[in-house]
Amino acid sequence: METELKQFTVSVYAENNVGLLNRISAIFQKRHINIESMNISVSEIEGVSRFIILVNMTEVNVKKIIGQIEKQIEVIKAFYHTDEETIYLESCMFKIKSDLLFEERQIQNIIKESDARIVTVNREFFVLEKSGRRHEIELLHRELSAFGIMQFVRSGRISITKDEMKITEILTEFKN
Amino acid sequence: MDVQTKSKQSYLNQPVEKISGAEAVIRCLIAESVDTIYGYPGGAIMPIYDELFKYQDQIHHVLTRHEQGATHAAQGFARISGRVGVAIATSGPGATNLITGIADAQIDSTPMVCITGQVPSHLLGSDAFQETDIVGISTPVTKWNHQITNAAEIPEVLAKAFYIAKSGRPGPVLIDITKDAQFESFDFIYNKCKGIRSYNPTPKVSKEQLISAAELINNAKKPLIVWGQGVILGEAEKEFKAIVEKSGVPAAWTIMGVSAIPTSHPLNVGMVGMHGNYGPNVLTNECDVLIAIGMRFDDRVTGKLSEYATQAKVIHFEIDPAEIDKNVKTDIAVLGDAKESLRQLLPLLNKNTHTEWLKKFEKLSKIEFDKVIKNDLYPTKEGLTMGEVLKEINNQSKGKAAIVSDVGQHQMIACRYAEFNNSRGNITSGGLGTMGFALPAAIGAKMAAPEREVVAVIGDGGYQMTIQELGTIFQTKAAVKIVVLNNDFLGMVRQWQQLFFDKRYASTVMTNPDFVTIAKGYHIEAKRVSKREELASAVEEMMASKEAYFLEVCVEKEDNVFPMVPSGASVSEIRLE
Repeated sequence: METELKQFTVSVYAENNVGLLNRISAIFQKRHINIESMNISVSEIEGVSRFIILVNMTEVNVKKIIGQIEKQIEVIKAFYHTDEETIYLESCMFKIKSDLLFEERQIQNIIKESDARIVTVNREFFVLEKSGRRHEIELLHRELSAFGIMQFVRSGRISITKDEMKITEILTEFKN
Repeated sequence: MDVQTKSKQSYLNQPVEKISGAEAVIRCLIAESVDTIYGYPGGAIMPIYDELFKYQDQIHHVLTRHEQGATHAAQGFARISGRVGVAIATSGPGATNLITGIADAQIDSTPMVCITGQVPSHLLGSDAFQETDIVGISTPVTKWNHQITNAAEIPEVLAKAFYIAKSGRPGPVLIDITKDAQFESFDFIYNKCKGIRSYNPTPKVSKEQLISAAELINNAKKPLIVWGQGVILGEAEKEFKAIVEKSGVPAAWTIMGVSAIPTSHPLNVGMVGMHGNYGPNVLTNECDVLIAIGMRFDDRVTGKLSEYATQAKVIHFEIDPAEIDKNVKTDIAVLGDAKESLRQLLPLLNKNTHTEWLKKFEKLSKIEFDKVIKNDLYPTKEGLTMGEVLKEINNQSKGKAAIVSDVGQHQMIACRYAEFNNSRGNITSGGLGTMGFALPAAIGAKMAAPEREVVAVIGDGGYQMTIQELGTIFQTKAAVKIVVLNNDFLGMVRQWQQLFFDKRYASTVMTNPDFVTIAKGYHIEAKRVSKREELASAVEEMMASKEAYFLEVCVEKEDNVFPMVPSGASVSEIRLE
């Protein structure tokens, strides 16, 4: 249904210019839409940035948002996808007291079973990194919470579409 | 319209030379054929003003009395001529005062470039004197904006600014230039912008969509065209008239589209929307094919969206892809420039007439005449109506004058009754509804088209929002005719209070000054009229004047504008009283 609230990944290919982030986030703000997460990085094309924006919207409205985003001068192309149409993950880091690693055997099992990676260990703390789906990260967070987490951070979603994006073709077409 | 000037050619042929950023700004303006700009000086823009002093024989800088006036004047300039309007201001309050005009230009698709001074780059972010983040503030209301901190960026960025403002669906662009970049010297060379890789201003017209559209139009029994400003912005008046005449389809206009074809054209069936004509509003919900051309289905046009033309197949000719299906779901969308789309559509259309269908418009028009128009234009009661003032202006102007209206009751009356024979005749604040728009916009319009009569029709409320621009008129001798329709009320709000808030007239009563004395204080010839027998001669005298002229007409205090589609009602529920 086009009118039910759903999670969409908005994907924007754009020139890497000062102020464009503000311009794009303003489009969501104008319509009173909360952005669940946002990630901006380089893309497969040199000089072109890629925004991955996660929102809960109706499909009718996400289509309109795409129109408004594409209208921005520095935006090359914007898309929206459902979860099923993308491969996606998030990353997170935990900072935990080093003592626990040796005192609580359970922690070692959790790390092993969750496929998390130890990034660094020193006398005071160790840092754990985990990439995956939201529910996996949430499970790990729950399990580690019992022992005490000194710091936690999770990234926005990054995703890749199953379909082709054809940005290079679009750029060539614009030129002609 | 791209005006080629000698100075432009000479600058394009010039070799590279070292000049300051401030001088570069002026050279860029000249290269873009700019000859008139509107603005207000201040600290952070002084280097540019210093160069304006040197180049005053090539660029006429008009000192408005407020930066908002500068933007509206630039808008009036752009709206009547199709050229890019230019406004400049200093940092901080100078820049923030531009915002209303920029927002107005954004929603009404007016090509405008605003240049603001900014504090020196080393002070950015330090809350320096008159520092404000104008790029951040203007982002949601500009088509594009950019901050320059190095002089070397100036030519390329300004070239882009003019290209973006004018191309595709036009709009306002703001360029913020730090003071150090204005002082800095660099090797100047100017190249016009011919394209931006991420920007596709004019989508290609799809032949398939055109063929489907033509088929639908050719087979329609009760088709209705609703056209908007896109016809004017696309300079497609001739093509549009040909389409209307060949297809025989009745054509109605939005407030922004009026004047694209003459008012008296037999297939021009009037205005759609909240205070539009009875026929086109009612019959929107009866037509079988709705052909929207260069319009955006604003809520003031559609009324209750879920009951808008639900029976009709909708064809939308539009340059901006974001407008397709934004408000009204279309069956066929033809993207592209109106001129090109309509040119290609013409041979695909059958020559047709819709006599029976047109009779329905005539019948409803007769009802509207009896219930509304007769009383507006030929009143029998004592008090003057706004409508009869417009009728007198029509009598004198013969459809030639450009009518610049403000916002409110007088605006609706002006748009309903003003007669137009020339395109770009109606200049008003449509989308944003900016009170205070008309007086400065009329100044810009008169300067861009000195050969045209420009009549500003303003209410007593809006007039006082930018009344200080009388100073600009006095100083520049812009021969603007100003008609204030004074009912001592904020009339439109009062009308709503009367109809929907049980006559609780909260803060809509205006205790007004002596407007004639104020105009005379600015040495502008001025007259007040409150009796019917004085009206015709006063309007005649005003129109005959070679100079600026102020005419106050004291009209009936509590007249209402009808027809009216009440807020939230369907267009076919339009009220005649």
